[in-house]
Amino acid sequence: MLRSALAVLAALAASPAAHADFTGKTIKIGVLNDQSGLYADLAGPGSVLAAKMAVEEMGGKIGDTPIEVVFADHQNKPDIGSNIVRQWIDVDGVDVIVDVPTSSVALAVSAVVKEKNKVFLASGPGSSDLTGKACSPNTVHWTYDTYALAHTTGQAEVAAGGKSWFFLTADYAFGQALERDTTAVVKAAGGEVLGGVKHPLNTTDFSSFLLQAQSSKAQVIGLANAGGDTINSIKAASEFGIVKGGQKLAGLLVFVTDIHALGLQTAQGLLLSESFYWDRDAKTRAWSKKWSEKMGGKKPSMVQAGVYASVLHYLKALKALKSDADGKAVVDEMKKLHTDDTLFGKGVIRADGRKIHPMYLYEVKKPADSKGEWDLYKLVKEIPGDQAFRPEKEGNCSLIAGSTPAPAAAPAAPAAAPAAKPDAGSAK
Amino acid sequence: MSEASAAPAAELAPRSHRAPLAILVALVLVAPWVVYPVFVMKALCFALFACAFNLLLGYAGLLSFGHALFFGAASYATAHAALEWGWRPELCLVFGAAVAAVLGLATGLVAIRRQGIYFAMITLALAQMFFFFSLRAEFTGGENGIQGVPRGMMFGFLDLSRTYVMYYVVAAIFLLGFAILHRTVHSPFGQVLTAIRENEPRAISLGYKVNQYKLIAFVLSAGLAGLAGGTKALVFQLASLTDVHWNTSGEVILMTLIGGLGTIFGPIAGAVFMAALENYLAQLGSWVTVTEGAIFVFCVIAFRRGMFGELSRLLKRPL
Repeated sequence: MLRSALAVLAALAASPAAHADFTGKTIKIGVLNDQSGLYADLAGPGSVLAAKMAVEEMGGKIGDTPIEVVFADHQNKPDIGSNIVRQWIDVDGVDVIVDVPTSSVALAVSAVVKEKNKVFLASGPGSSDLTGKACSPNTVHWTYDTYALAHTTGQAEVAAGGKSWFFLTADYAFGQALERDTTAVVKAAGGEVLGGVKHPLNTTDFSSFLLQAQSSKAQVIGLANAGGDTINSIKAASEFGIVKGGQKLAGLLVFVTDIHALGLQTAQGLLLSESFYWDRDAKTRAWSKKWSEKMGGKKPSMVQAGVYASVLHYLKALKALKSDADGKAVVDEMKKLHTDDTLFGKGVIRADGRKIHPMYLYEVKKPADSKGEWDLYKLVKEIPGDQAFRPEKEGNCSLIAGSTPAPAAAPAAPAAAPAAKPDAGSAK
Repeated sequence: MSEASAAPAAELAPRSHRAPLAILVALVLVAPWVVYPVFVMKALCFALFACAFNLLLGYAGLLSFGHALFFGAASYATAHAALEWGWRPELCLVFGAAVAAVLGLATGLVAIRRQGIYFAMITLALAQMFFFFSLRAEFTGGENGIQGVPRGMMFGFLDLSRTYVMYYVVAAIFLLGFAILHRTVHSPFGQVLTAIRENEPRAISLGYKVNQYKLIAFVLSAGLAGLAGGTKALVFQLASLTDVHWNTSGEVILMTLIGGLGTIFGPIAGAVFMAALENYLAQLGSWVTVTEGAIFVFCVIAFRRGMFGELSRLLKRPL
């Protein structure tokens, strides 16, 4: 009678527990992100392609060991994400986890990867806690973080005269961190925060939240959300005539894919910051063209670019180290090697796992100025990496506070961000 | 569900269970060496959850559509106790189960006043209330869930961070929970529950205080569902909204139905089956739900008694 149960169990047993390591059969790269939900456009299949392009660039193998890319959908749920990662590492022999937008999932993944001593290359998530109080010797945080967003877009809005703020915040790790980091910037500049409202992740109806924002009479409504949520809130704000009413929207994290979805008519004049824009220079254009050909004419977001660059750097470190058995050693090697790629230029990875590169403040073009479907941004200014990202010492990262031997002398100038006195990392 | 097989020969049941019980224990002991242990732990947690649920639906005839409330509440309580208060894991688990039992008492007091669809709707409504409470409350961490729950040292010497130690602790918890349910079902108390399921007015006329029986069954079921939820939180070191979502309530119904309503072993098979489906079809993304739906329809049409229900009919002995 237990035959059915036995049959099921036997079927399950079919997946062998092969522990691949470098000397083993393959180097496996696991791209974990949102494949179908509100962050699928800015990461999703495009990130998988970006990872594959990095692998291609390395010739598909290191020495004789082939490199393989697998991917999965974490549905923006921490439990699903950490289960997949656990199983990838334990059963499928995945060596490195890449991307993972949605900070709540990324924090869970970071913990599992640390426990299993593998490598986590975070491109999609924003929370600055990944290199702050939740930092890990196995994590590299590549593309951007909430501190950088606050100190680029947030700072620019404050400098433009936005003294009183109201936050519309996605109610999970990322939104909370972004609100916290931006609040610090606003207060440091002598501004005030009149209030805020938190909305659930993946909300479609923003009307009640926007009414609160409207009645707060704040000069700036800070959108501490991302992807589909940002698109929906900007659309709804335009329907409510919020901008016409004299309040300003500050999209604290807006991706090129969001602007494309919104259209220039709605989005024009918005300030935003990115660490990568496809049309920045000849090199980024060339890479984006290659990517675009396989993605039906779309253009890559900074998250997808970050996946490419971080995977490339990881593979370079493997090549130098000739082993991927010890995740921490691989990350140490990544920190030791200076990064150099066509998309982010030269940079470093600090001891706390933070990748340092410039951030760029852009303004969304007016429809009349745009020369093409994806010609969306006008560069306002470049913010050097040491000013954009949080100084190492202020993050409360255990790797820094303790006297751990810092593998890479972080060249990030300690003088750092001028306006950021209050420690953004320690506030709850 | 009224023609389910537990009724005919109650005395006989435990003896005919000896072989399957032995097989069950053997399987539980051997499984982690054959299959990925974390998966088996997940399956066992859900199996206990489904068995606890089956006590209500299969034996007392009460369809609770909000059992995720107890599962999830206990997983939050256990995770919170382990992470914030630094309690030992065994205390966390007991605390989680106790919280679930208390919530079960409160829910039960409200819900058992009504029958059938009204009972189901009340439980669903209360569970949804708890879901939104969990979404907004501070200590649950909202969408983030409670992350990084330490597994700790059970009784001070069992290091749960080691996979196989954790596994056998989970196995022991599962077998303990199962033993409690098995004993309950085959006790006079269980017989009264069955009587209530079959014909409530008659049970009343025989002098049984029906509502008391139902309430006790409800609390017991909630407590054991809580034990399962707490264990899951320790295994995955995470308590999240998924645990309190109505999806989980739906899934446990599905597990019980597929395995065999009112059979003692059925829910285990159903839970393992569903967990396997979710795990190994995960690449299909949203198709998992479609597949589950199709299987459910197939089961209802082709073998309405579920895996073990049909098996028990073939073997002509209650399982």
